[in-house]
Amino acid sequence: MRIPCPHCGQRDVGEFRYGGDASKARPAHGTGDMKAWHDYYFLFDNPKGPHDEYWQHVLGCRQWFKLTRNTATNEIGEQP
Amino acid sequence: MFKPYSALALAKHALSPDRPWPRAWNSPEPKSSYDAIVIGGGGHGLATAYYLAKNHGLTNVAVLERNYIGSGNVGRNTTIIRSNYMIDGNTQFFEHSLKLWEGLSHELNFNCMVSHRGQVVLAVSPAQLDTFARRGNIMRLNGIDAELLDRGQVMKLLPYLDYSKDARWPIYGGIIQERAGTVRHDAVAWGYARAADTLGVHIIENCEVTGFVMDGDKAVGVETSRGKILAGKIGIAVAGHSSHVAKMAGLRVPIETHVLQAFVTEPVKPMVDHVISWGAELFYLSQSDKGGMVFGGHIDGFNTYTQRGQFPRIQTVAECAVSLLPLMSKLRLLRHWGGVMDMTPDGSPFIGRTERPNLYFNGGWCYQGFKATPASGWTFAHTIAHDEEHELNRAYSLDRFEKGRELDEFGIGNWTYKQ
Repeated sequence: MRIPCPHCGQRDVGEFRYGGDASKARPAHGTGDMKAWHDYYFLFDNPKGPHDEYWQHVLGCRQWFKLTRNTATNEIGEQP
Repeated sequence: MFKPYSALALAKHALSPDRPWPRAWNSPEPKSSYDAIVIGGGGHGLATAYYLAKNHGLTNVAVLERNYIGSGNVGRNTTIIRSNYMIDGNTQFFEHSLKLWEGLSHELNFNCMVSHRGQVVLAVSPAQLDTFARRGNIMRLNGIDAELLDRGQVMKLLPYLDYSKDARWPIYGGIIQERAGTVRHDAVAWGYARAADTLGVHIIENCEVTGFVMDGDKAVGVETSRGKILAGKIGIAVAGHSSHVAKMAGLRVPIETHVLQAFVTEPVKPMVDHVISWGAELFYLSQSDKGGMVFGGHIDGFNTYTQRGQFPRIQTVAECAVSLLPLMSKLRLLRHWGGVMDMTPDGSPFIGRTERPNLYFNGGWCYQGFKATPASGWTFAHTIAHDEEHELNRAYSLDRFEKGRELDEFGIGNWTYKQ
């Protein structure tokens, strides 16, 4: 699989670090609602299809960015 | 249809090759309703159905398999069994599983080729050897066999490892569980299927569940590619697609799907008599009866349903193999494959009730589904039959993260990649 880094272009997946689901909203700082934190940390939508996610070009420019990947095929679409 | 397999039956069939062996299990048409349905005809689903019939007298049971029996992860793993766990909940559960493995071929009247060849975990630092001593002590306090090995003892047992001064990861010693070993994985699926069928369970292949029939909050049946089937109780045991099926019942679970790769080399003469695990990186290796080196490592590191591994992981696992056993550099890979796994935040599984009455969940097996097969079926059948967890699977509840009761045994699971 190749990942399109917005700065460096297409690079092998081995140069990147995965950052997980980008559609999740982190609860606000100081939120004491444990249920909200539990759902944020422990539950996953785990779709079989398009998935918005974070990647970091950790062995390159070290930039963080978002993209959409189809988890059924690993095809990468437009950056959201 | 069921005739016990025996040496006599084998001789008879050898003498009359024109009379083929009968099929090992029937393929009935699905009925319109059952007392219990198990979704997923893998090792865990079949074992669940078998123990429902055997231990709890529930025989009006169907196992629904979307593909054919043995097509999933039960036939695509590295076949290791062991019980070297140290967190309460895991220790007792996996030891129960190992005890069931010990008598399984007789129990099922099917040769599962259970081989207690022993598993050695290698320590690559003195500190790691100390943690192994702690693990071994906890195991022994639970009545499980474990022996600490020093470097000399490891050299005697596994003379082919790299003990040179240049070894990237020097070996300081290890820990061995003699009762650990390997099992013929396909035989487990076939054996449980045949034994469950004999007790009256319907094994229905090519039957994909596409949705649940709900009565308010309660699950009362399933929609399938072969029609609607009603059921008093429904158990999910699908592995890899667990959260996908749970979602059909409106459940959101702490599971993400990842690909795990495994590898087999060309066959060579017998050399590795044990299962070997490594302390430097998640890596495990054994030699199959055919002679191939069977080995594997970590997941690829991002959620995917593709049964296709990425090259960087192949490279890492090959590097592990060669730094531990330099002779592996001379072997050619014969096969390599990727299977999809449920990964959970703490690396431990779920077996238990759900918030939907009559709906039970078994999944999240991470790297350890195969060795758990008998105990998973045994405890899941108990949970379904009694609508209550058995003492052995009480720690595996779906709400354990809400209650702060994580079972973080090895620091594995999908969290490893989220920090």
